[in-house]
Amino acid sequence: MKASAFSYARATSVVNALELLAAHGDKAKVLSGGQSLMPAMNLRLISPELILDIGEIAELRGIAVRGGVLAIGALTRHVELARSPEIAAHAPLLTEAIVHVAHPAIRNRGTLGGSLAHADPASELPACMVALDATIIVRGQAGERRIAAKDFFMGIYETALSAQELLVAVELPVARKNSAHFFCEFARRHGDYAIAGLAAQAIVEGDVFTDLRLGFFAIGDRPVLAKAASRLVNVAATPAVLFEASSALGEELDPQEDQQASASMRRHLAKVLLGRCASALLGRPDLDAGGPV
Amino acid sequence: MTARIQISLDVNGERVDAHVLPRLNLADFLREQLQLTGTHVGCEHGVCGACTVRVNGEIVRSCLMLAVQTQGASVETIEGLSDSGEIVDLQAAFRDRNALQCGFCTPGMLIAAQDLLKQTPDPDRERIREHLSGNYCRCTGYQAIIDAVETTARVRMGRKP
Repeated sequence: MKASAFSYARATSVVNALELLAAHGDKAKVLSGGQSLMPAMNLRLISPELILDIGEIAELRGIAVRGGVLAIGALTRHVELARSPEIAAHAPLLTEAIVHVAHPAIRNRGTLGGSLAHADPASELPACMVALDATIIVRGQAGERRIAAKDFFMGIYETALSAQELLVAVELPVARKNSAHFFCEFARRHGDYAIAGLAAQAIVEGDVFTDLRLGFFAIGDRPVLAKAASRLVNVAATPAVLFEASSALGEELDPQEDQQASASMRRHLAKVLLGRCASALLGRPDLDAGGPV
Repeated sequence: MTARIQISLDVNGERVDAHVLPRLNLADFLREQLQLTGTHVGCEHGVCGACTVRVNGEIVRSCLMLAVQTQGASVETIEGLSDSGEIVDLQAAFRDRNALQCGFCTPGMLIAAQDLLKQTPDPDRERIREHLSGNYCRCTGYQAIIDAVETTARVRMGRKP
């Protein structure tokens, strides 16, 4: 189908964009890369009165490392994340995850800010932000708010962003010593939305996790930072410990059912991912040997 | 407020000036206003890849881009790539390998495959599959398409097909 009629404004700066958002509120929709917004409009799932194109705002672009912080502008495209040496050095989880986001033609247009503001629970980048303990920076006419990623995502397509605010950047702590990451997802076709996926960031000292952040996606109404991770931290990993963590994960998750998978299948896949993650990051094939627990 | 907006862009090397409604996507602009009907419209929500074109040298879904967003851009369609001879060998390989039947996906496949070969001159079959994963073909079963791209890569690398 075709999008219904709307009017169009091209913002010249963040200040200009915020003025337009203040004037139009939730009747306006921000167009970044358009790779989720355009399908939704073409399918007539949404029919905004005004499309506010922020694509020309240069101040929203760029990747920079300052001190211990990696700052990524909202308009940074997926292809730029994939090719960035700064991202590969300081947040390699993103480099690995990004090739699972849709297909090359979509990664050439889609942006980090757009993906996060859209907040599809099956998409990869929100879960990466939660695993990486990112800070989402949003700006409104009253000023800037800094929101922890785990508090930013509030439901299906729902975030802490108000209709008068613009997501301007993301800040990530740079990878610490002994950092390790894991990314895996199950999808019907390479590049499709995941049926279940895991983005994990860890600190491994010797053969023990001293920190572990598990960001599951496509298994709830938002990315899930699994509490069960704590059961694997500062303990010698044994099959029994993994079994306990896996059981706790199963209790903790509340997966949705859809045409792709039942809730129990998603719970099962999440446990499989946990086993693979622990096994891969600790270099312990035995932990994954028995398959899901 | 939903008035037409003036845009100037470059399409296949020619300057184009037009007035377009904001809702008009790039695929429909190319097909209906410029009669460049080699760009096909399949799903209209970014899944099938039939509408793939190049904008500023990078492949995009033309159904997921508004015509107004191409202000100042350089757009290349299958007509441009065909006329310039850039993909003549790839097109011949598609024909020789029976990599098309109905032809609906072919313009998008060719543009996506050429994009891969420009970035990765010697891809293995897995890499070819990955790069073409966003382009649906309902006729060939894909094997022949992978064959054609692999053959073209080999010939361009100066090896036997």
